[in-house]
Amino acid sequence: MDAQREEQLLKLIEEICADPVVREERDMDLFDVGLLDSMAAIELLVGIEGEFGISIAPTEVEREEMNTVNLILKRVEERL
Amino acid sequence: MGFYVDPAFFVLAAIAVVPAIVLGINERSLFGYSLVVSGLFLLLLFFYDLQQGAAFVFFCVLSTALFLWVKHLFATKHPHAVALYRLALAITMAPLVIYKIAAVFDGNLLGFLGISYITFKALQVLIEVRDGLITDMSVLEYLGFLVFFTPFTSGPIMRSRTFVEDARTHLSRHDYLDGLTRGAFLFLLGAFYKFVLAALSSWAQWFTPEFIGAGTFLASFAGESCIAFFYGLYLFFDFAGYSLMAIGLGSVFGVRVPRNFNAPFISLDIKDFWNRWHMSLSFWLRDFVFMRLTRALLKRKVFASRVNTACAGYLANMTIMGFWHGITPDYIIYGIYHGLLLSACELFQKKSKLYAAHKDEPWFKLCSWAITMIAVFFGFSLFSGQVSRLILGA
Repeated sequence: MDAQREEQLLKLIEEICADPVVREERDMDLFDVGLLDSMAAIELLVGIEGEFGISIAPTEVEREEMNTVNLILKRVEERL
Repeated sequence: MGFYVDPAFFVLAAIAVVPAIVLGINERSLFGYSLVVSGLFLLLLFFYDLQQGAAFVFFCVLSTALFLWVKHLFATKHPHAVALYRLALAITMAPLVIYKIAAVFDGNLLGFLGISYITFKALQVLIEVRDGLITDMSVLEYLGFLVFFTPFTSGPIMRSRTFVEDARTHLSRHDYLDGLTRGAFLFLLGAFYKFVLAALSSWAQWFTPEFIGAGTFLASFAGESCIAFFYGLYLFFDFAGYSLMAIGLGSVFGVRVPRNFNAPFISLDIKDFWNRWHMSLSFWLRDFVFMRLTRALLKRKVFASRVNTACAGYLANMTIMGFWHGITPDYIIYGIYHGLLLSACELFQKKSKLYAAHKDEPWFKLCSWAITMIAVFFGFSLFSGQVSRLILGA
C-alpha cells in the first residue's frame, strides 16, 4: 500500500476510535481495549467502502483477523 | 423423546457414540455417519407427534429448495438476484412467524421443536450466499448442517461455514482424541450443571429464608428478590449445562458446536454481558441484524450521529430477540428492556465525563459490575414473568 493510502486509512481508524494512540500501538487488540465495538466496526467497514471502494461483509472476516491496526491495513491491502 | 431430558436419550447417545469413536480413531470421515445418526434421533424426537414431524419435513424441503435457488441466482448473476433473495429470506422466515403468531391464539401451525433455531441457521446461509461467502456448499452439507442433532432443539446456533469445514476435515487421530477428551469433559460438566446445580437452584427458588420474615413490604421484596436470584442461577445452569452437553457430544462427531456462555456473572457492563450470555444467539443477532441494520442506516445517513445510529440498532436488535423468544408481553418487554439498557450503556460510555475519567479505577468497575448484575437479574424476572405476575397481582 502506498504512503498516501496508508495515511488515509490511519486517519479513518483514528477518527472512528477517537484516539491517536492507534498510530503508535499498531498491534494492540482494538476490541480488547474498547476502542472498537460492533458499531465502530461497522463504521470502519462503511468508511473503507466509501474511501477505497472495497466492500467487506460483516461476517467475511473473523474478528481475530481484523482486530489490530496492522491487521486492518493488511485486510485492505489484500483487496486493493 | 426429549433431548438431554429422557433417560432414553442418554442410553441411545451412549450407543451412537461408539461407532463414531471407532471411525474417528481410524481417521475416517464422520460426516456420513453423523447424518444417519441425526436422522434417527430426529425420527425419535418427532415419532409421537406426526404433526410436528410433518412441519419439520416441510421446513427442510422448503428451505433446501430456497437455498439451491438463491445459490443459483447469484452463481448465474441473475439481474434480479437481490430482490429474489429478499423474497427467499421472507419465505424462509414465514413458518416461524406463522407459528409464533398462531401460538398467541393457542394454535400450532407449522411449528416443531427447534423451529426457532433451524430458521436462524437457514437464514444465515442465505445471507452468506448473498455476500459471496458460501459458493460450494452441497445439498447434503446443507441438510447435515440443518439437522445435526446435538444442538437441534435448543442451540447453540452453529455457523454453516464452520460446519462445512468440519464435515470436510479428516482429523488426525491425535486431533480427534484431543477433541474427544475435551468433549467428554464438557459433557460431564454440562450434566453436573443441569442435573445438580440447576436442580438445586430451582429448588432454592421456593425456599424463603426465615430471617426475612413476612408481612411487611420489605420482607416480600426480599423474598421476591431471593426468587429472582435463584431463578437467574437456575436459568444459567440449566441452559449452560444443556449447551455444554451439546458441545461435548458434537465433538464426538468431529463437529465444533460454538460456545454459548463465558462466565456471564462477571460482566462489567451490559454490552459485556451480551458478549458472555447466550453468545451464539447474541452473536448471530449482532452479525446478521445489528451490523447490517446499522450499516444500512449509516450509508443512508438516517441519523445525524453515530450514537443515535447505535441506539436504534440496539433497540431493533433486542426487540427482535424478544419476539424470537415468543410473542408474549413478558418476552417482548424483556427484549425492549435490554435494548434500552444497551442504548443507555452506549450513551453513558460515549458521552459521560464520569465514565471517561474513572473507567479504569477499581471502585468504578465494582459499581459498574453491581449495577449490571442488578439489571441482569431484574431482566431475568421480566423474562420469567415474575414481574408481570406481581404487577397484575395474579
